[in-house]
Order: sequence, then structure tokens, then C-alpha cells
Amino acid sequence: MISLSINGKTVQVSAAPDTPLLWALRDELDLTGTKFGCGAAICGACVVHVDGQPTRACSTPIADVAGRQITTIEAIHETRIGQVVQAAWIRNDVPQCGYCQSGQIMSAAALLAKNPKPTDADIDAAMRRNLCRCGTYNQIRAAIKDAATALGA
Amino acid sequence: MTTNILTTRRDFLVGSAAATGALVIGFTLTGAARYAQAGTAAPVPLAPNAFLRITPDGQITVICGLSEMGQGVHMGIAMLVAEELDADWKRVRLEQAPADPAYVNPMLRMQGTGGSTSIRGSWEPMRKAGATARQMLVRAAADTWGAEPADCRTQDSRVVHKDGRSLGYGELVEAAAKVPVPTDAPLKDPKDFRILGQGLTRLDTPAKVNGSAGFGIDTRLPGMLTAVMAHAPVPGAKVASVSDAAAKAIPGVRQVVHIPQGVAVLADGYWPALKGRDALVIKWDDGALGGLSSETISKSLADATTRPGKVARNEGDVSAPAAKTIEAVYEVPYLAHACMEPMNCTAWVRAGEAEIWSPTQAPGPHQAIVAQVTGLAPAQVKVHTTYLGGGFGRRFAPDFTIAATLLSKAAGAPVKLVYTREDDTRAWFYRPAAVTRFTASLDGNGNPVSLTARVAAPSIMLAAGFVKELPEGIDDPAVEGIKDCPYAFPNLRVEYAQTEPGVPVWFWRSVGHSQNVYFLEAFVDEIAAAAGKDPVEFRRSLLAKEPRLRGALDLAARKAGWGTPLPTGMHRGVAIASSFGSYVAQVAEVSVDSTGRPRVHRIVAAVDCGRTVNPEIIRRQIEGAIVYGLSAALYEKITFKDGRVEQGNFDDYPMLRINEMPRVEVHIVPSTEAPGGIGEPGLPAATPAVINALFAATGKRVRKLPV
Repeated sequence: MISLSINGKTVQVSAAPDTPLLWALRDELDLTGTKFGCGAAICGACVVHVDGQPTRACSTPIADVAGRQITTIEAIHETRIGQVVQAAWIRNDVPQCGYCQSGQIMSAAALLAKNPKPTDADIDAAMRRNLCRCGTYNQIRAAIKDAATALGA
Repeated sequence: MTTNILTTRRDFLVGSAAATGALVIGFTLTGAARYAQAGTAAPVPLAPNAFLRITPDGQITVICGLSEMGQGVHMGIAMLVAEELDADWKRVRLEQAPADPAYVNPMLRMQGTGGSTSIRGSWEPMRKAGATARQMLVRAAADTWGAEPADCRTQDSRVVHKDGRSLGYGELVEAAAKVPVPTDAPLKDPKDFRILGQGLTRLDTPAKVNGSAGFGIDTRLPGMLTAVMAHAPVPGAKVASVSDAAAKAIPGVRQVVHIPQGVAVLADGYWPALKGRDALVIKWDDGALGGLSSETISKSLADATTRPGKVARNEGDVSAPAAKTIEAVYEVPYLAHACMEPMNCTAWVRAGEAEIWSPTQAPGPHQAIVAQVTGLAPAQVKVHTTYLGGGFGRRFAPDFTIAATLLSKAAGAPVKLVYTREDDTRAWFYRPAAVTRFTASLDGNGNPVSLTARVAAPSIMLAAGFVKELPEGIDDPAVEGIKDCPYAFPNLRVEYAQTEPGVPVWFWRSVGHSQNVYFLEAFVDEIAAAAGKDPVEFRRSLLAKEPRLRGALDLAARKAGWGTPLPTGMHRGVAIASSFGSYVAQVAEVSVDSTGRPRVHRIVAAVDCGRTVNPEIIRRQIEGAIVYGLSAALYEKITFKDGRVEQGNFDDYPMLRINEMPRVEVHIVPSTEAPGGIGEPGLPAATPAVINALFAATGKRVRKLPV
């Protein structure tokens, strides 16, 4: 058993130590908001926070994150930044199919935690590894700027 | 050339078309009230038809049989019903319907979502559904008051008498449920619309920002096994031998199951299933397509355009004398859909019944095939349509539903089949590769005399089983976008040379328009250049009989500042398209960097899609379709070597990223015409607008994609 700290709770996971965090979340802990897109850390659908850092859960073995603070989309609203980002996503009506949006929101929240007033170039650098097949990129950009404004207010 | 996959698919679709054909006639508003009420505790709600339910607490539930894949159909349907119901929008929620003949899409004649048909097919019936319930509520209120219905109006879920009395819809449910369902409820004059035409925030947005939206891949059932399958690497390949000892030794692996589609490892979760799948040692007999290569496919398509084809359209005489002749050959590759949610389905086959949880665009046909595969009647198959993590046509195909059903049947347990990204990319449902050879001629003044197009492409209609033979030898998707060339060439001929390299093909966002509009609009730009004319003016001069296309072109050109100076290094291109009942024009602004790579800075689009339901969704769909088109134009190709697909993941099948995203402006032409489609029409003109801007930048015409 591996002990994980997820969304403020300590949980025991029976999956093999090489199991990516994504599959422990989805298959064992019923936290399905974190998505599987590529399995190779390319698309960003699986981004979670590990000790506040955006991390690709599909390529992070659970053995590597034992004892570290893991936050998923299901609990990001418990942080002020997460709440503001989600509100901005709703105000800007960002999602289409919605499948990539958990990862987009987690990447955006991590960006704003580090950089409360990101420029377009900052947004490009932080978000370019989050793919969206529906093409919501301009709405994502607008929502991040909207959230930054709300956080600064 | 056919394969097992194709044979299965064809049987399925033909079978399902037959199964639903008779029921199409039964498309009525009252047909499935039983579903609206099923499982609801007393008191009985007001559910006059299959599409809505009002409970005594005033909650209005709109029931939608169409699949939500990002295009906003749930929102559109809810708005149509709510408008005529005069609903308080804050009390409207959306529920996904089961597979049932009541929810047949009248334009597709099956319960499926595709072809940008949802709003076109629902515009009247869904408004009628709301108006019917409204009339019953008014009747109930009038009876309660002993008043005349004519003295009552409705507003925000209340019936209001002219003397000021009012009753809420919730309060009226019990009485209204006893009113005979009227068949003649009048529809509003569009000038009275207060919901339709508004850019309301989507109902599905909150669930899609907090991780709670349920996609197919999120399905979990007690005792469920997760399957990852070794799929045939070549269409039609058969398993010659399998060694599964290593797979079975992996902790968590429960079963190895052989089905015609491949060899699946069933395990307690995705990770052991994947490890097990990767530990299988399989020898494949590649079959007839083992030697397939992109070079030979390309050559066969190009060769086919050198021979006469079947005539799809012929006006005048293209051999009429002319002063100048222009010829060009265009080519596009096969493309995958690359939905963000990999293909998956959860199936649970039990004695005498089956259930599937499927992110499918085609709940009706998928129900029919599960029935066929299990030997059950369609009514014994319950379909739960989940949210779809992208569709784009791909999720009309039944491969994932068939395989999950067979695996559950064999395993005797609920099974969730998940494709890896590589499985998804290599699953053989591709936008066709195609080659088109054009010839055009001009008179001495640069006026067009003739246009000839010879299209070589495989047939989607045959591959999908929608037809058994091509009517007059023409595959409509293969020629759409060229056959319906909107320009008034005095002499015009379009031929189709059916060419079947053997790669299974399928519907991909905007289908034949996705390549043919690129071909035609880039070539028309070549003609304009040869005639020494401005690309916008040249197009306008040939569109006298196409006022809606010309209107869109004029609007896009004006909003883009066509003809005005641009910063150094920036160049414009224009293209137009009519598809799925809508008319679109786009102007692209492009630069080229020192390595020769294009950068798309801005796209100005104008769309005439008739009356609007939700203009914000229209803008997003046009913008999203542009991105989908640009990704294909700039990056995407599926290629073959030794019968195998060479691409697998997003590293070698890349798409546009946020740092490459152009600014997009979408302008909607005001219109009182009937609604057009919106999920696909934004795509076709995007690629040629960019290609034509690249010509303006470099003087070179890109005639083969990706750039």
C-alpha cells in the first residue's frame, strides 16, 4: 500500500508502485475529473498539482508522489485562485466538449499562483502544453486575464 | 476491398437503417411521453411529449436525444423548448435521452448527431414541444380561473391573466397534465423571441469546469473490468498466434479475450490492462493490405485523375475555345479525428438484456448493433449516452461499442474498453486522402470560360454502408464542395474517379468540403491571379446568383479591411464556402518566418446561418472549426508504411496550440432565413484562406497538405 495525500486527505492506494497517479485517481479513488488524453505527458488533460506544481499525472508514478500534497480539479475551488479561475471559466463560457478543461484550469491556476499578472507570452509559455481539440484557446486566454483581473481587485 | 471491420460496420449500418426506417414515420411529439415519466415518483409531472417534463416544484427538464460533443446542442435544444414554453430560464435543466425511436433525428432518419443537422432538424419540432406544453398550462390556468385562454399570457414560467392574477407553471402541473395534448399549438412570431438569439451561458459549463461532467471514459460499475486491446495493425489482419503467459502474470490482469477486432486484456483498471496488453506476444497475418504505403496510394489517386471519371456535373462545353488555360493538381492526406477523449465504451451484457455507456454520436444505430451482436431485441438494449470528449464524426462509428459489447459478453462482466491514444490514432476511420486535377480557361479579357475538375477519392458512403452501390457512380461526399461550385463558369464539368486504396474511411468534420473547398478555392485564386484580378472582386463577379455567399464575402472583406494596407510582412487571403445550409467567408492574415513556416495572425469570418439560436455558440463553433481546419492544413497527416499507420500520439500527429492561435473575429449576417448548420461550416474556408494568403506572401501555391 502507498499512502497519498490527495485534496487534503490521506488515502491508502493498493495499486502497484509504478502505476501513474492518473490511474490511481481515476480507477481506485473515483476522482475522474482528471482526464486521460495521451498517456505520454504531451496533451495536458491530466494536469494536477503536486506541492502546488502543475504535474502530468499520466506520467507520474504514485511511488514518486507518496507523502506529497496532491490537488485535483475536484478540490481546486478550495483555493482562492482555483475558485477565481473556475468563475472566470464560467463567465467566459470557455468549454466546448470540456474534456481538456480540467487540465487547462489546473495549469491556469498554477500559472496565476506564480504570476498574478501574466502577459500573453507568459500565458503561451504556461499553456502551450495543454491541447484543446475544440479550439477554445482564445477563450482560455481571455478567462486567464479575467481571473488575473479578479485576483488583483 | 473490404475487411472484417468494414463488413461488420456495413452490416450494422444497413441493419440499423432498416430498423429505424419504419419508425421515422412515427416521429411524433407524443410518442415517448412514457420515457419522460419513467422512474419519476408521484406527483405525476407534466410531460406532454418526449422532450420535456415539468414538475410541481417548477423545475423544467428538457430531454435531448442528440449527443453533446462540444457543439452546444444541449443548450440549443433547451433554448428552443424554453422559448416557446415561455420558461423561466433559471429553472431549465437538460437531461440526456435514452436511445428510443422518439428521438430520431428527422434529418438523418436515425437517432444520431452529425452533418450539422441538429438545429436544422429541431428548429420546428422542439419549439412545437414547448408550445404544446405552454398551451396546456394556459388551458389549466384558464380553467382554474373560469377564464378564457385568450385573456391569458405567459412569461417566465407563469400564466398571467389580463386582470393581473397569475399562477406559476409548477402550481399548474397537476391540472395541466389532465388537459388533452393539443396538436395545433401555435409558434411565436420570431419578433417575440426573448431567449432565441441571446448568447446565454451554456448549461453544461459548470460541470465542465469542476470535473464532474460524466464522459464515457468516466463510467464506473461494480465489478467492472477495464480492457485494453491489441488492435489489428493492418486493416483485415488476422491473429496468427498469441502468447499471453506474460500478460496473465501481471498482477491485476483477469482475462485475455479474443474477439474478431483483436486480443484484449481485461484487468482491475487501465494500468494493469495496458501492461498486460503490451506484454502480449502476437504474430499477425497482415493479409492483403500488408504492403500498403502512402507513396502507392498517392500515385494511384494521381493516376486516376488522368483518366475520365463519372460525370457528377456537366454544364455547357468545357472544350469551348479560350485564350489561356491553367492546370493544377491538388492533394490531401488521410486524417484522424484525434478527439481528446480516446475512444471507449462500457458494456454490460446480461441474460436477456444489455446496457452500454457510450460517448456515441449515434445512440440509435449503436443500440441496433448491440442488439445484433448479442442476439437481443433493440428494446432490450439500454443506451446511456454520456458526454463526448469531442466527436467530429468519429463517434458515429461503432467499433468501440461493438468491441466492448463482445468483451462483456465473453467475460460475463461489465467491461470498459479504453483505446490508448495510439490505438485511437491507428483505428482506421480516416478522412479520405484525395487528389483533384483542375483545368480552367480564360478568354482574351481574363473572363472565365471553363472549369473542369476531376476528383479521385475513395467512397465514404460505401465504406459506411449507407449505400450498397454508388448512384450513377458518384460518391456525394467525395465531390461535395466542388460539384456544387457556386461560381458562374459558363462551362463547367466535374468528374469523379472512385479510387479505393483499401484504407477504411469515415466522416470527418465537414466531410468532403474539408478537402474540396480547399482545392476549389485555392484553384479559383489561381484563376484570379492568371486573369490579373483581385481575389475578392473576381469571386464577386461570379456570384451574382449566390446572394448569401456574396453577402458573407462582402461582410468578411469589409470587416477585414480588404484592400487596405497591412504591416510589412503580413498578407491576406480570402475563401468562401457554402456547406450544411450555411454560408461562410473568411479572410486570413498570414506572415512567413525566416524558415519559411507560416504564422496565421488573424482570421475574419462572416457567416450567414439564417436565424440564430445562440450567437455565442455560433461564434465558438466557427472559431473551433477554423482551428480544426488549420491544424490539418499546417500539421496533420496519416501515412502508411508496410500497411501500418506511422503516427500514434500528439507528438507525431500534432495540432494547433495556444501559442499559435490566431485572433478570430466572427461576424454573423443578420437573416430571417431558416437556420443553417453550424458545427461544420466554419471549417472548409479556413484552409484555402490561409493558403491564398501564403500565395500572396510567397508567390508559391501550396497544392499539397499539410503545408
